[in-house]
Amino acid sequence: MATRLQFENSCDVGVFSKLTNAYCLVAIGGSENFYSAFESELADVIPVIKTSIAGTRIIGRLCAGNKKGLLVPHTTTDQELQHLRNSLPDQVVVQRIEEKLSALGNCIACNDHVALTHTDLDRETEEIIADVLGVEVFRQTIAGNILVGSYCAFSNRGGLVHPHTSIEDLDELSTLLQVPLVAGTINRGSDVIAAGMTVNDWTAFCGSDTTATELSVIESVFKLREAQPSAIVDEMRKSLIDSYV
Amino acid sequence: MDANMFVVPQTRGTVLCCKCGISMAPNPANMCVTCLRSEVDITEGLRKHVTIMHCPECSSYLQPPKTWIKAQLESKELLTFCVKRLETDLKKVRLVNAEFIWTEPHSKRIKVKLKVQKEVLNGAILEQSYVVEYVQQDHMCESCTRFQANPDQWVASVQLRQRVSHRRTFFYLEQVILKHDAAVNAIKIKQMDQGLDFFFANRSHAVKFVEFLGKVAPTKSRHDKQLVSHDPKNNSYNYKYTFSVEISPICREDLICLPPRVAASLGNLGPLVICTKVTNNITLLDPFTLRQCFLDTDQYWRHSFKSLLGSRQLVEYDVFNVEVVSPEYNLGGAKYVLADVEVARVTDYGKLFYIRTHLGHILKPGDRALGYDLYGANSNDIELDKYRGLNIPEAILIKKSYEEKRQKKRGKPRSWKLKSLDMELDESKGRAHEEKMDSEYEEFLRDLEENPELRFNLSLYRNKDYQPSEMVSVSDADDVPSVALEELLADLDLIEQEDNEDSMRE
Repeated sequence: MATRLQFENSCDVGVFSKLTNAYCLVAIGGSENFYSAFESELADVIPVIKTSIAGTRIIGRLCAGNKKGLLVPHTTTDQELQHLRNSLPDQVVVQRIEEKLSALGNCIACNDHVALTHTDLDRETEEIIADVLGVEVFRQTIAGNILVGSYCAFSNRGGLVHPHTSIEDLDELSTLLQVPLVAGTINRGSDVIAAGMTVNDWTAFCGSDTTATELSVIESVFKLREAQPSAIVDEMRKSLIDSYV
Repeated sequence: MDANMFVVPQTRGTVLCCKCGISMAPNPANMCVTCLRSEVDITEGLRKHVTIMHCPECSSYLQPPKTWIKAQLESKELLTFCVKRLETDLKKVRLVNAEFIWTEPHSKRIKVKLKVQKEVLNGAILEQSYVVEYVQQDHMCESCTRFQANPDQWVASVQLRQRVSHRRTFFYLEQVILKHDAAVNAIKIKQMDQGLDFFFANRSHAVKFVEFLGKVAPTKSRHDKQLVSHDPKNNSYNYKYTFSVEISPICREDLICLPPRVAASLGNLGPLVICTKVTNNITLLDPFTLRQCFLDTDQYWRHSFKSLLGSRQLVEYDVFNVEVVSPEYNLGGAKYVLADVEVARVTDYGKLFYIRTHLGHILKPGDRALGYDLYGANSNDIELDKYRGLNIPEAILIKKSYEEKRQKKRGKPRSWKLKSLDMELDESKGRAHEEKMDSEYEEFLRDLEENPELRFNLSLYRNKDYQPSEMVSVSDADDVPSVALEELLADLDLIEQEDNEDSMRE
């Protein structure tokens, strides 16, 4: 189910939040409404964690992660890192990386199996990504833009890319990611997809400017209509219960 | 290198319009054109109703603050004018096209469709057309108001005068003015005693006319102005300008006794001279020595003089005997031969005169000639008195008379005619004056027939009513001089074609 919301009158919800299949990070500050929106959807399924990274609220764009791990930039303070380690479930590995391109959210787009990265990323970073997130890494551009993390958003079910992406590119990316892709817009015609929305396998959150057409496109490509959170999370629950015992 | 490069062909995909969901090619706004149009109105803030002033008399439109532009409905000038009125608005957008939408002329509305382009939302350029309605308000322009208030209103007038008792000069000038269209700007022309008055709406027209007159006649002019109104706030003054132009009283065929100073300055030209041609120079011919001299306008007015005897005082003489004395002289195109002739006045055959004349080339015994009777004249001229010991001849012949031959042709219309200026006639003079004018005009026409050089500056028109007579006499050298058909201008009338064929048969 896709939800429309705003963070402090801004429709760029993908900037202030990060959603994966195992956890959800939300920025501090602003009204509690933002937090409540996430809570109401996700509370009994995955933890919703309030945090800041490097003292800023733009956490969605600074970190990258999936259910297996979370990568944070070198500017993250020790307290924040500790807070994250404490709040996140144990199987999620939190790793701080030394990388010149510190806005990891803009440079890396990933789901639980594949990651697309900025073409100029360091070799070591690439190895760490493959290691920590347990994914296959591909260096790619989307519609000629190198900031792949900004111009596309994908989950394990589907993906949405920049509207000017050519058909050949779509085919190529689709083959790499092994998910259906569609070129579209978010927030009333904006082409910065990942800034306007955040998505996981059963739910998505979009900016309130998103039109009905865009919303229907999102729901159809990410297959959110029939998605039930329980089915997916039950697998994880089993492992959780294991450790609990 | 380019040939070997493999470039992946890029086909643009389609996205759904974010508003209406129809499939479209991606654009910077990512909305289909209709949705974009409904979102953004680039004509917002542009004027859709404008009022313009129109003068119903001269169908011109006001461009504030003061200019009136003449334009017809649905013309290019009107379109330019309408677009110019919207100049401030069109600075915000770019104008691509403008055209008229037809409206009923009586509705006093003009509609113009404008197509404009503007950049919106992230660099997409939107093109939109809209209609501007102009409401036409009737308001008479200044010149029409002034004209309506007083149609006789003039700003400048030229008073043309010649102090002689005949109007030959004015008939001739009328034709010259017609030929050169010099009085085309005159609002009114009035015939006055001893002259003509021309009225103009503009001082510069009057000045141009005065200069034109200076070129065709020896004139002296002066000007004056009279204050009509004065606006103390703008310090602007309205004047009435008057130009007084006087033509010298010397005419063709006049007999002149030159004052001693003038005669001396012209190289002791015999004090008695005949004036042969008047343009802006006066040509003087001494009939006894066949010397010709020119007097400039300035030269004349410096020491002005009057003529001794004018063409009204010409008397008919019968020629009995001609003896050529000198060879033929060619003076500026005209031929003269000195001869001694024996003449007598037609009214008094009793007295015979033996005189010298310059008309030896055309006079034969039995001819009639016109000349001045100095024997019988009682001249009251101061100049003549100044000369002591001057031998005055008894008569001076001026030209040959074709009176008898003209009798035959009396009543028959001429093959040519003249146009005339539209002038107000002097009503106060009465019947006798009118008859005098008619006879003077007839003489003028005869003059034109006899002198080809006089016709040079004028336009003669073919007379539609003229029928060539069947009894065309065998031309002999003595025939009445007439105007050759080749010299005539066809009137701008298509019916003239038939006349052409008729005259050709001759």
